Amino acid sequence: MKLFQSMRMALKSIYSSKVRSLLTMLGIIIGVSSVIILVSVGQGTTSQITEQLNGLGTNQLTVNITGRGATTSLTYDEALALGDIPGVKDVAPVISGNVTAKHNTDNVSVSVEGITPSYEDVKDFHVQSGRFLLDIDTQYRQKVALIGSSTANDLFGTDSPVGQTVQLNGISYKIVGLLETKGSSLGGSNDDKILIPISTAERQLQSKGVRSITIATTSADTVATVKSRLEGILAAKFSNATNAYTVFDSQQMLDTVNSTTNTLSMALAGIAGISLLVGGIGIMNIMIVSVNERTREIGVRKAIGAKKLDILAQFMIESVVLSGLGGIIGVGIGVGGSWLLGHYSPLSVSIAWNMVLVSFLFSLLIGVVFGMMPANKAARLRPIHALRVD
Amino acid sequence: MSTSGTLIEVSDMSHGYTMAGERMTILKNLSFTIDFGEFVAIIGPSGSGKSTLMNMLGCLDVSDTGSYLLDGQEIRKLSDNKLAAIRNEKIGFIFQSFNLLPKLSAVENVELPLVYRGISHRQRRQLAEDALTKVGLGDRMHHRPAELSGGQQQRVAIARAMAGSPPILLADEPTGALDTRTGKEVMGMIRQLNEQGHTIILITHDLEIAEQANRIIRIQDGNLVEDRRKA
Repeated sequence: MKLFQSMRMALKSIYSSKVRSLLTMLGIIIGVSSVIILVSVGQGTTSQITEQLNGLGTNQLTVNITGRGATTSLTYDEALALGDIPGVKDVAPVISGNVTAKHNTDNVSVSVEGITPSYEDVKDFHVQSGRFLLDIDTQYRQKVALIGSSTANDLFGTDSPVGQTVQLNGISYKIVGLLETKGSSLGGSNDDKILIPISTAERQLQSKGVRSITIATTSADTVATVKSRLEGILAAKFSNATNAYTVFDSQQMLDTVNSTTNTLSMALAGIAGISLLVGGIGIMNIMIVSVNERTREIGVRKAIGAKKLDILAQFMIESVVLSGLGGIIGVGIGVGGSWLLGHYSPLSVSIAWNMVLVSFLFSLLIGVVFGMMPANKAARLRPIHALRVD
Repeated sequence: MSTSGTLIEVSDMSHGYTMAGERMTILKNLSFTIDFGEFVAIIGPSGSGKSTLMNMLGCLDVSDTGSYLLDGQEIRKLSDNKLAAIRNEKIGFIFQSFNLLPKLSAVENVELPLVYRGISHRQRRQLAEDALTKVGLGDRMHHRPAELSGGQQQRVAIARAMAGSPPILLADEPTGALDTRTGKEVMGMIRQLNEQGHTIILITHDLEIAEQANRIIRIQDGNLVEDRRKA
């Protein structure tokens, strides 16, 4: 009953000085809305990256040969031999480099990868028209190529590239398949490349060594055991020069990315939290001013029978209502802003509902904490002194 | 609550302040009693100690020494919260500067002591409306103080003082901020309240106002110099 009355009084007093109340709430509004927006963007980005990594498959290992130390590369046969490790389903060695691709008068610089047919399953990357590379292409060093959708668009426009010829650094290749559009992943664009048989690529790129090997395991559970065996073999091969190669699995990468983005979004939320704190100080400031201005009112209330607790409650409620109102407006702006960002910007945003709740409760808490001092000051005023003030 | 006999019993009340390192005695061994239904004026020049005495009688402050029995209860020993409850139930204040809360309407102002008494919304609205009607402001209930004249504001204050029917009405220079004509109106109203049975204590420096009371207590330099009852 009294609480309801006090809240009405608080709202009335906030409403009667609208501009001042709004300015006071601004700190809380900015704090709450920026916490929500920043965490929402952080969460959205994290889940987008996670999705991309999951797209790579969780039962994959990737070996990159960086080539330092005495032995600097792995041959094609050595790479294929890794397929004998128990638990390995398939191995896709890759030789990569850059070439200039030419069709008629159109030139593009494009990355080229020498692959084996196993690439299709391991990387889950298929053709949308034509055919994939076959074992026979590798065996006979055929000059055939698969073309990524972006590169195809650059060279052939809307024409079908399948059956056409493309020149890679002057050597003619017949395009046998157009790859599906995959978009970008962590390794860069998947659509800006040309795939040729690995044996052909050794000559085309004049590179004997396999640069990278993607290994698919039979299941996600065998990743760890395959990885340790793999590292053993590689350590022997590269004479313990462990910086000559890197092995990573997508799970490990996922963990790294998650912890990085989490740290980042927590740091951002922390900075926004500081603005909440500053907003709280603003509320305390205005509450002190309010208590001073209303000393006489407090005196009157006390004279006609308000107890300490009544006055304390009145100012505490006012402070909490002020900060809570700021919190509600902040939640509105934060959620609305996140939604707008999600729809009208390239950022991927997932609204952090738990943060919405946390930051709103935090704004209430700030009202309590920073309202305490001024409210206590008001409650302790002695009526004879308060009544004397004009 | 009894309605006859002694309402206030002050004995040997002394009070002082320390100001700039110097002890100032404001009230010196005051003793007097006030019965239910009396209309007492406490009169004295400024600086005589009458405001301090009013604070004591109104339970806004407690004296250094002596005793103050209000309706049989020793006030000096009570906690701040107990004093607040006593003020709420037993004393209706009428101030020189009205002391209405500017953001509240007339009826809300009158309700305020009843809010602190914990009376239900419906009941206190009824009591407040009755009180305002009694002071002739039945048609101004929802006006803010700023929308009322000085006389009307003081009538709202009187309504506030008597809405909870406390035994004592304590009026501190109630006509001080009013012109002569409205001052007379307000005094008439206070006299009328006395005739209805309220005990009135009127603090003033104006003898003409004080003469309207049935009894005059004169304070000078903290001493009671005269206690005169009209025939």
